Amino acid sequence: MNLDTNPPAQAKRHRALLATWSDAPGVWGFLTTVDHKRIAARYVLTAVALLFLAGLLAVDMRLQLSQPDMGRMGPQGYNEAFALHGSTMLFLVSVPVMEAMAMWLVPLMLGARTVAFPRLAAFSYWLYLGGVLMLWISHALDITPDLGWFEYPPLSGPAYSAGHRVDIWAQMITFSEVAALAASVNVVATILKMRPPGMTLARMPLFVWAMLVASVMTVFALPSIMLVTSMLISDRLVSTHFFAPAGGGDVLLFQHLFWFFGHPEVYIIFVPAIGFVSAIVETFSRRTLFGYVPMVLAMLGIAVLAFGLWVHHMFAVGLPRLGSAFYTAASMAIALPAGVQIFCWIATMGSGRLRFATPLLWVIGFILTFVIGGLSGVMTASAPLDLQLTDTYFIVAHLHYVLVGGAMFPLFGAFSYWYPKATGRLMSERWGKIAFLLIFLGFNLGFFPMHLLGLQGMPRRIYTYGPEMGWGTLNLVATIGTFVSAAGGLVFIANAFLSLKRGAPAGNDPWGGPTLEWATSSPPPAHNFDEVVVVDGVAPLWAGDGRLPVMTGLAADRREVLITSVIDALPQYRHRSPTPSIWPLIAAVATSILFIGSIFTPWALVWGAVPVGVALAAWFWPKRPRAGAGGQE
Amino acid sequence: MSEPRETRVAGDVAGLPDGAMGAANVVWWGNLGFMLIEGTAFALAIGAYFYLQSQSLAWPPAGDASPDLLWGSLFTGALLATELPNRWVCARARAKDAGGVRRGTLMMALFGLVLLSLRGLEFAHLNIRWDRDAYGSVLWMLMLLHSSHLVTELGESAVQSAWLRTHRIETDQFSDVQDNCEYWTFVVLAWLPIYVIVYWVPRWL
Repeated sequence: MNLDTNPPAQAKRHRALLATWSDAPGVWGFLTTVDHKRIAARYVLTAVALLFLAGLLAVDMRLQLSQPDMGRMGPQGYNEAFALHGSTMLFLVSVPVMEAMAMWLVPLMLGARTVAFPRLAAFSYWLYLGGVLMLWISHALDITPDLGWFEYPPLSGPAYSAGHRVDIWAQMITFSEVAALAASVNVVATILKMRPPGMTLARMPLFVWAMLVASVMTVFALPSIMLVTSMLISDRLVSTHFFAPAGGGDVLLFQHLFWFFGHPEVYIIFVPAIGFVSAIVETFSRRTLFGYVPMVLAMLGIAVLAFGLWVHHMFAVGLPRLGSAFYTAASMAIALPAGVQIFCWIATMGSGRLRFATPLLWVIGFILTFVIGGLSGVMTASAPLDLQLTDTYFIVAHLHYVLVGGAMFPLFGAFSYWYPKATGRLMSERWGKIAFLLIFLGFNLGFFPMHLLGLQGMPRRIYTYGPEMGWGTLNLVATIGTFVSAAGGLVFIANAFLSLKRGAPAGNDPWGGPTLEWATSSPPPAHNFDEVVVVDGVAPLWAGDGRLPVMTGLAADRREVLITSVIDALPQYRHRSPTPSIWPLIAAVATSILFIGSIFTPWALVWGAVPVGVALAAWFWPKRPRAGAGGQE
Repeated sequence: MSEPRETRVAGDVAGLPDGAMGAANVVWWGNLGFMLIEGTAFALAIGAYFYLQSQSLAWPPAGDASPDLLWGSLFTGALLATELPNRWVCARARAKDAGGVRRGTLMMALFGLVLLSLRGLEFAHLNIRWDRDAYGSVLWMLMLLHSSHLVTELGESAVQSAWLRTHRIETDQFSDVQDNCEYWTFVVLAWLPIYVIVYWVPRWL
């Protein structure tokens, strides 16, 4: 069959593929889907809803701090607000939303039909949702964690924190981290084994590199937090002594293990943002990225260095001076690869033909904000200075500059950039720009004064302050800034909702992008691409005669994907991809019961494992013919 | 929905096989990913052990006894011995010998049961409870972490063995058997440092 000359055959094949890859209609299809796009969209929407809730908490806290001696919240309410805000943002928004973007985009950028393990993707989402529900339903029941986003013992130990607030926090982490690990393994396997023929590692889009690096980092960082929160639960439930000095334990062990995860986590959030920024800069500069190899090396450098910095979160605990000096040097060193990337983006923009659409504005906002956050990071990397600044509002300013400026701004840019691909419609440019200006200006108005407040000695995590401290004016400015950016957030969300119906039709490729996702229709069909695309450069859609080279031969009547070799992406075999199934959902429910049960009794690990085992067995139940039916034996 | 881009045919994949063994198979990479995750957890747990040991004046702390050597060493010997049949099953999988992998995985599941019984005896001779002190806590953590892998491996081998009997075996299933063998080797290798730490480090330090 020659696709060049036979449009009816092509249309027939398209319909056959749609029939094979589409979900069942209705609720059953909703519950059983293994379509990476649907699952990832759920992930993104859940994370956005949580971003909204965590944002409301932020607004509430800023109102409380807007003037001295405010009485909106008492100390307990304030503790709960910042603990819930931080835990939600770090564990349930930032990391999952980045993985969700990878889950949605990576197969499309690879010209693949789906991810490597579609049912694992479904399981990952349902388990993540379990963590979300556990934290927020507990909040509704007034069992809100109240010790911040890192809950250090001894305060979080059994002696000082009775009840289940700490357990809810610790187990929410288990939920979200198992989900994140499942998603990461999936992304890594997809990238390594499902690239299109011709897409060698050296021709991978930088976005895909970023997701590969972030996912590998996740694999090595997240076990640490799961281990440490399990140890904390065990100290609280079965009286182990990991963090109890009276029993030979050590509270700093918690901090070491927490930050062995916690620092790479910052980069697990930031590295995907590097991918977003690189993709946007390339498209809106209308040239391939300047310094592809240095960009990849810088990402790898960041990934390695990120694991050697954790102690800079612990300068104030009294470590040996030599240790502090080492970690100061390592912390400053990571500014070098980050700087290389910034210069590569600037060089690309400087030598390209810029088009100032909303996504690019977010990138420019990111560069300005992230550089400020990076510089305050270099300041706090210095152990003596950090000793003065730690636990002040300077740190609050720094972490929001790097996390909001460094990851959320690129995310908003990415959302605007790929929205037309996901929905088939363009978001309003005018309202997009208004939202950008409100959020960007409001953010800087809200957080820059916090540097000054920190230098003036205002500690973080206090629910109010007296008028004699003289912090009232700057706090009022910060609160006004928060309201401005919150208004921008509402404009952004309204624009996204209204454009679903009102937006101009996007077509396949509204921005003239270079990567494969722009070659398929918007939104993409259930099977993403009719044929396997062949690639011969880093910007496949900008090369050649406009006609996309493809390989035929994948089945249309069953779910088949092409598996290629790790380095050179040479075709190896046709892999049977799993069909929709209810069992990932049931396995996630069973796992949730095990996790929640183990807050109350260690025996949940035993009896809870039985339904998990049953669900997993059903999940992998063979569909091939019975033995003897096909002549074997 | 607009029309997709025009295409030209540059090749065909219909002639490729519909399954692959070992690292060529995408599932192998998922298996590797989970081994890396669990390996990292083992390494960090071992790090926690030595951290707590470094904070203690004596190891084991005064008044605690070291674990008895007999059952732990027997378990270690038996576990190492299972590597021989495990390698054999792996070779049978590579040779695509249906009868061999059917017998082999059943045998490995039975070995798993024996190992788990020995592990039970080990727990009875650790000579310390988890709630006595940090030494006891971290000892139990290492033992439980490894035991959970034994249980998983036993379950996986048992289910795999059942399905190999009831259903036809294709390339992907031979590859699954091979992956399971490699996971078994991982469980064996992960135990060796833990054996030294649990049984010998308290005697040496």
